[in-house]
Amino acid sequence: MTTLVTEIRTDAVGVAPTGDPRLSVHNLHVGFTRGGAFHEVVKDVSFDLHAGQCIAIVGESGSGKSVTARSIVGLTGRNATVESATISLDGEDLTTVGEKRWREIRGRRIGFILQDALVSLDPLRPVGKEIEEALKLHGWGDRSSRKRKVIELLDSVGVPHPELRARQRPDELSGGLRQRALIASALALDPEIIIADEPTTALDVTVQAQVLSLLDDTKSRGVSIILISHDLSVVAHLADHILVMKGGVVVESGPAQQVLTRPEHEYTKSLIGAVPSEHTRGRRLGPELDIVATAHPTRFAEEFADYTGPVLEARNLVKRFRSPDGSVSTAVNDVSFELQPGTTLGIVGESGSGKSTTARIALALTGADEGSVTLLGREWSSIRESQRRPLRKRISVVYQDPLSSFDPRWNTERILLDAVTDEEPSTLAEKKARVRELLAQVGLTDAVLPRFPLQLSGGQRQRVAIARALAPSPSVIVLDEAVSALDVSIQAQILDLLVELQKQIGLSYLFISHDLGVISHISDTVLVMKDGAVVERGTADDVFNRPQHPYTQQLVGSLPTLDQEIP
Amino acid sequence: MTLQQKVPVTPPAARSRKNVVAPWGLGAALAALLFFVAALVAPQVLATHDPYALDLANALQAPSLAHWFGTDESGRDLYSRVVWGTRDSLLIGIGATAVSLTIALILGAIAALAGKYVAGTVNRVIEVLFAFPTLLLALLLVTVIGPSAFSQVFAVGVGTSPGYARMIRGQILSAKNSGYVEAATALGHSRGRILRHHVIPNAIRPLVAVIALSVGQSIVWASSLAFLGLGVAPPSPEWGALLDAGRLYITQAPWLTVIPGLVIVTLAIAATTIGKHIQASLEKGEK
Amino acid sequence: MTLTSSNKAAAAADASASAARPASRHRILARRIGEKLVGALIVLFGAATTAFLAQAALPGDRATVILNTRAGQAIQRTPEELAQINEQYGLLNPIVVQYFDYMRALLTGNLGMSYQQYRPVSAIILEQIGPTLVLTLTAIALSWLIMVVWIILTAGRGPRLSSFGAIVDTTTAGLPHYWLAILLLLVFSLSLGWFPVISGSSPAGLLLPALTLAIPLAGFMSQATRTEFEKSLEQPFVLSARMRGMGDLGVRLHHVLRHSVLPAVTLSGWALGATISGAVVVETVFSRAGIGRVLVTAVSSQDLPIVTGVVVLIAALYVVANLLVDVVYVLIDPRLKNS
Repeated sequence: MTTLVTEIRTDAVGVAPTGDPRLSVHNLHVGFTRGGAFHEVVKDVSFDLHAGQCIAIVGESGSGKSVTARSIVGLTGRNATVESATISLDGEDLTTVGEKRWREIRGRRIGFILQDALVSLDPLRPVGKEIEEALKLHGWGDRSSRKRKVIELLDSVGVPHPELRARQRPDELSGGLRQRALIASALALDPEIIIADEPTTALDVTVQAQVLSLLDDTKSRGVSIILISHDLSVVAHLADHILVMKGGVVVESGPAQQVLTRPEHEYTKSLIGAVPSEHTRGRRLGPELDIVATAHPTRFAEEFADYTGPVLEARNLVKRFRSPDGSVSTAVNDVSFELQPGTTLGIVGESGSGKSTTARIALALTGADEGSVTLLGREWSSIRESQRRPLRKRISVVYQDPLSSFDPRWNTERILLDAVTDEEPSTLAEKKARVRELLAQVGLTDAVLPRFPLQLSGGQRQRVAIARALAPSPSVIVLDEAVSALDVSIQAQILDLLVELQKQIGLSYLFISHDLGVISHISDTVLVMKDGAVVERGTADDVFNRPQHPYTQQLVGSLPTLDQEIP
Repeated sequence: MTLQQKVPVTPPAARSRKNVVAPWGLGAALAALLFFVAALVAPQVLATHDPYALDLANALQAPSLAHWFGTDESGRDLYSRVVWGTRDSLLIGIGATAVSLTIALILGAIAALAGKYVAGTVNRVIEVLFAFPTLLLALLLVTVIGPSAFSQVFAVGVGTSPGYARMIRGQILSAKNSGYVEAATALGHSRGRILRHHVIPNAIRPLVAVIALSVGQSIVWASSLAFLGLGVAPPSPEWGALLDAGRLYITQAPWLTVIPGLVIVTLAIAATTIGKHIQASLEKGEK
Repeated sequence: MTLTSSNKAAAAADASASAARPASRHRILARRIGEKLVGALIVLFGAATTAFLAQAALPGDRATVILNTRAGQAIQRTPEELAQINEQYGLLNPIVVQYFDYMRALLTGNLGMSYQQYRPVSAIILEQIGPTLVLTLTAIALSWLIMVVWIILTAGRGPRLSSFGAIVDTTTAGLPHYWLAILLLLVFSLSLGWFPVISGSSPAGLLLPALTLAIPLAGFMSQATRTEFEKSLEQPFVLSARMRGMGDLGVRLHHVLRHSVLPAVTLSGWALGATISGAVVVETVFSRAGIGRVLVTAVSSQDLPIVTGVVVLIAALYVVANLLVDVVYVLIDPRLKNS
């Protein structure tokens, strides 16, 4: 690994840089001491950042990209050891400056933007106060001139009615507006460098496009940007130069176009290959799978052997919720769909579109106010829970956060044993054999059996969740944002696994996600939801290549892809 | 990088090292507990004198090598009295905890599991009782039934129950609304099975820690009643009774109140430390 | 700084989806206030009922108990004596009638007659409540002062200092009032002579009793605040503030403290009640005038109307304090919770 890094370091210079770099980082090492042992999390990272340039640091969780960014402003945290040959800002050596000088640099020379302004701005204070704080800390102007400047700043990042918005708290603003306010607070003192750590993660895709375009404007004013992201497609627009990090090491570094189109390192290639999109449908995203899955014969499977209609059918679903002020809002408004056997129906929408409520109604975990659902041609939503219980084995669910869906007192074996149907196999030995079979189907070994959910990695947990969903040999699996919390390479493995299982057992999926790429990769048919209603439906090909509804067109247009031309 | 990942200021390495209880603290707490258990089981082994033997010539002696904790107004050895009083004091604490948790479990379970109206009513009852401070509720009960060891157990038990009832209700509700209960429902398990396998075990588990905390706290409350002269009557070496008796000699012989108080505080802190340790190791997850 | 026109249009479209509408905010607030007031009335009603039930549950013949409490001796009473008492207290009426009489009297501020002192309970309480309220409020103010300083100094400062702070919290929270009172009295009054041994109701005598009540309360609140403080210190908005050049102390004072005191604020209504009942012990040790000493005497002599009167009073104070707490809570955290 280290030889590779030194190799790359030689060309760690940006695109067409002229003159001295604004920021220069050489041979950065960061480690933490835990329980007496020393763990190095950033190893030998080097780069130069020039005026008006954007360097992207891309990597999955644990790659050391955020720690690298924080080291540049001296906020690596307690227990951290930072060693570096050079961190220099316009020639000033930052490795030796004291806390007082750091505080002058932060905000004034280097601005920092974190993800999700809902928690990155103090949730108890108006956003105007937060922006003003930046000015006040650096002794900018007097009270009234600061107030004027705040309004000016909000206006400049495209916030309409800045006087009103300045007095509102993050929770009173929409996702896009508060992220703009966060950016305004980082831009307040005109810093020459902006570090943006996952600035669009957790944002809806349309808002993400707006934020990226705002950063692009900032860059064109000559501000240098360090963009940290897990998502190659997000940085593709903005970055001049890309560093790919894995396990604390820069595995590849080069001009953006070169890294994205002619990646040299295996990891970069696999990262690019792992991004699901409309073009990857029917193709594997990760390495080859070695699983053999068979549906377990159950009494129910035989009972429904002759059934050929839609496995799950929803007709005119309506669900209303009473909000705290007593008014009624419609979360799901006249939603209908059919899920054909052996296919995947994707429901895509932004937060609050009603897609998760639709999933819960499909699972009969929430009752609908109007409309009905049938499962394998039988009444499903309208019957009593006690009648529904035996039928529940035909439909399973995988959630976004598997950890909370596992009883913390149970290990993997107990979790899976609990899910294996009682009727057959009947003896404990048979059940245990079935559990092992399930593990093999999701690509896990028996080694995970004694482990508790907390001791599993994110990918392993999601596999166990899938094994649990497979246990009763269902016809339908509802996947509610099931891959949204995973790193892109793990996500690719899970998506491949789902596709493979579908091929071998003939499962049907109701796949809920906010991620257009994922939906377009896995779905046969797609519903697009907005504000509780279905705005467009059709085959994946139609919806993504020939969107009819303006909202779908906007969504598809906002989607950052690697295939787009690179600036 | 995940969608809901919150960015920590300190890295995971620093965060996971949250020491709720220092190792030496736990060791000291266990040692103290061991001493009290020994005094409960075999006071004759630990005591140096007869706890009731009068020795008027040596009355009100300050702590010394002969009398570790000094002597009282009748020359009785305070250390031996503390040792012999352990049994009654601990039994009062344990009894009060039993009363308290029984009431709390019944009220808390109904408030969390019963139908809408019953649960709502019981929840209101808990809220009303919670409006009374522990000591006040205990005093009210002592007034009605009169001061005695029994009324101490009962009054302290009832007095501390509303807080625990609230806690148990919260715990059952959070288990009931958890993701794993929903997952079990989606698997088609029955309500009874989910209650037995998930809700009750997960709601009950933290009670192990609460028992330890509660025994310590109950002894403190019981001793407060005794200090006000509303507990076990003085010749008894029960700790609260020792306090009550010692109060008259605060200026001449402060050790008669300070030392039994210190013993009670030691026990309470030991119990709390152990309770918190159990709590922390439960929260850390199943290792 | 200029934006592309498309970007500005997008932001405008986005803004229309803005979350808060003032009209619905006011409706939510009105609803909350209504719910709070109903809850407060229910607690008051429940407390009064509990107090009545306690009186009705007094074992033995109540007329006899009342006469014996008055006389301070336990003897058999003649039917004539009993008849007079039964008449005076309405003891022969059906229990439901007694209950309604009690509640009606309560509404007019009549808490009944003391068995022992032949005087209205409300008069006795009014006489003595002043010093106790002064003591309690001083103690609560002191405990907040101690707690805030202690937390700012010790919370989130590395594993060693934090766990030392946590141990001090736990220890002080568990200290019985009587013991702390005696220690303070022995050290500062008897040994050092800085404060009077008998406090009476003098201002100089206020500090030690108030400290006795404040220290355990500060420890108790610190436990909740410390957890919250350390959680808040790790929130992204803290990092944001640091990244714009704020120092560690500034972040603690301007951002983290506000978030972390919320649980302690919630506890304050309960703490007021607990502190008043703690005054029972403290007033006894420091020989201070106040409601606590009245209560102890009443409990020992089984003068139940005084005890129940104090119970109702404290429940009322609890209710008022909790309503204030709700207001303070919203001032600190203006977000409306959907729960």
